[in-house]
Amino acid sequence: MIPFLALVLKDLKLFFNNRRAVIVGLLVPIVLASFFGYLFGGQGGNAETSKVPVLVIDQDGSDISRGLIVQLSGDKNLDVKASTLDAAREAVRKGKATAAIVIPKNFGRDAGRALFTGSSETGSSETGSGETGEKKPELGVLYDPSHNMELGMVKGLLSGAVMQSVSKEMFTGRSGREMVDESLAQVENNPRLPAEDRKALRDLLGGVKKFNERQDEDQRRDRAGASGQTQLSGGLTMPYQTREEAITSGHDVAYNGYAHSFGGMAIQFILFMGLDAGIALLMLRRSGLWQRLRAAPLSRSTLLGSRAVSAALVSSFILAVLFSFARVVFGVRILGSFAGFVGVCAAFSLMTAAFGLMVAALGETVEATRGYSIMATLIMVMLGGAWVPTFVFPKWLRTLTVVVPTRWAMDGLDGMTWRGLGFSSALAPIAVLLLFTLLFGVVAVTRFRWRTEA
Amino acid sequence: MIHSSAMLEVNGLTKSYGKLMAVSGVSFRADYGETIGLLGPNGAGKTTTVSIIAGLLSPDSGEVLIEGKQVKRDTDPVKLKIGLVPQDMALYDQLTARDNLTFFAALYSLAGATVKQAIGDALTLVGLSDRAGDKVETFSGGMKRRLNLAAALLHDPQILLLDEPTVGVDPQSRNAIFENLETLKKRGKTLIYTTHYMEEAERLCDRIVIIDHGKLIANDTLQGLHKLLPVTNVIAVELDHADGFKPEPMLALPEVKSAELDQGTLRVGVHDLSRGAPGVLRWLAENGHSYHHVSSDQPNLETVFLTLTGRSLRDSR
Repeated sequence: MIPFLALVLKDLKLFFNNRRAVIVGLLVPIVLASFFGYLFGGQGGNAETSKVPVLVIDQDGSDISRGLIVQLSGDKNLDVKASTLDAAREAVRKGKATAAIVIPKNFGRDAGRALFTGSSETGSSETGSGETGEKKPELGVLYDPSHNMELGMVKGLLSGAVMQSVSKEMFTGRSGREMVDESLAQVENNPRLPAEDRKALRDLLGGVKKFNERQDEDQRRDRAGASGQTQLSGGLTMPYQTREEAITSGHDVAYNGYAHSFGGMAIQFILFMGLDAGIALLMLRRSGLWQRLRAAPLSRSTLLGSRAVSAALVSSFILAVLFSFARVVFGVRILGSFAGFVGVCAAFSLMTAAFGLMVAALGETVEATRGYSIMATLIMVMLGGAWVPTFVFPKWLRTLTVVVPTRWAMDGLDGMTWRGLGFSSALAPIAVLLLFTLLFGVVAVTRFRWRTEA
Repeated sequence: MIHSSAMLEVNGLTKSYGKLMAVSGVSFRADYGETIGLLGPNGAGKTTTVSIIAGLLSPDSGEVLIEGKQVKRDTDPVKLKIGLVPQDMALYDQLTARDNLTFFAALYSLAGATVKQAIGDALTLVGLSDRAGDKVETFSGGMKRRLNLAAALLHDPQILLLDEPTVGVDPQSRNAIFENLETLKKRGKTLIYTTHYMEEAERLCDRIVIIDHGKLIANDTLQGLHKLLPVTNVIAVELDHADGFKPEPMLALPEVKSAELDQGTLRVGVHDLSRGAPGVLRWLAENGHSYHHVSSDQPNLETVFLTLTGRSLRDSR
């Protein structure tokens, strides 16, 4: 027992004696975790996100195009600026704008027609690229291909804004009235239109015309002193609103993005610590110290076991410091089972220690081992969701990550911190991490080369 | 104390790494209190032999007996009788000298007052008591070598394996280490000392085992090794005019066994100095060769190695 304790204490003493390494080893993950935590929602889960920069080229200059720009500018997710076609192309190409929306000449007129008849009839609208439109007017969208996700959002917001601004103009605007009259005339003069369809469109457009005349009456009364606004004065709007509720550990408990980021960074840097411990053991095997240790009456389990225990203790220390910092500074709390949290931390620490031993066992030269084990560590960290949550991965990749131990560690830490899950939810991560510990440990013990390199 | 067996017996050790035969059939023994020098150039197989004795390596064949017992497993108590001073520095630079020694003592399960006593004695022996609280990284190379030696003494081993313990140290520190080893020798420790410095082997060792290419070339006392040589004395004559001098005719003289000219100095090998020297000097005078200095010495281990292997010890490194 004395040699085992001495070996563990020596490792801890060597670790803590290197104060610069300890400080840097703790400071770097804290800084990175703070940064990522802020990016991914921050403390209240509602940190202000950056707006998507969008440029608008208004080649139409109609009431509808102006209304469309007002609608888009009012959205909290977009930063809308007017531009010219050439300047917008250049800005998107350089990545200064995510997308540019080209509103072609006659868009307002054609869109109004298309709203009722499904066709712009004249087909005279032009996109920014000079292509002629077909039956419906086209809005050109120039986009940065590296921002596909934002493009989807911009298109969604654009649809809502177009519907609202076009319908508003059609029902209440000057050009809308002209277009209703024009459309009525077209309906009456189109010989190919079936009688039933003509009647239906006549009723619809006639109703709109009557509605507009009542609007005029209302406005006259308004000017005479009365107030009031009709239901469609703002145009057609989405027939629903969303009510968002973050499902966290409890009813009034806000999501804390720092919980995930500190867990992720802790996992990354502890894995690197385990890697360093393995490399150090590999280097030790070449040194006189290894000969001295092997010359002493020590069992192989004492030599490797003490290394594993000291590495696990250092890992636990790093986890404790990082989560204490996160608790004090960012209010990260263990909202689930504390015992589960400790269990996940302990299992992950043991897994890291076994990983380090395996690196030492399989490594041939320090240089080569450092290269491939850093790559393996980074892949484990990435697939485990320590950098970005695994939900952004494709489905097949998400499925694949179940064979990555860091995924289980992340799930365990997330579950015990911000998700607020009970101890039973920690059992699976703990069991899987211990299985990996066993696997790595067996590989390390069976493949470790005890021969002194004379 | 009467011992029925040798402190160390090495019988027919063989060890190879792939096609390289590192040690081939090496056998020797060391009695209690005896100092054995393992002499040979780098790569001769000395370190492999020491590693097998220390239990770090398993031989392909042969055996090592410490007081008649083999080291059979990692935790074998026989290991307590062995102290190893590795060729590479085996210390933690970031720890103090005392912390290093406390750690190494714990590896042998020493605790409490025994540790303090052992550390105090070891530091006193190597003259580092006043630096016990300093980190090893602040030590000179010679001090580190002395501490490296101290770390092997804590559990009071009977046999000390010293693998080139003076590599890279200054003459003063080397002398200090020699004095430490002479003290240990006086205390009755058995020392196995590997070196490629013949002066060290000549100064410290009772017997010398010469190894080359993994094979044992000779195993004898210094005097016994000298007897293997064709000459036992060398007369060195520094000539006034060495240009054009031909030493070969001197071989006709009755006592002369060898004669060679080396950078203006004539070296003549003779068996009997009292009979050979007058004849050599007379021959030089009769043939008109003046000289300004004459000296004589015995051939050293370098000469022995050269004679036995056909190669210089220094050239072989």
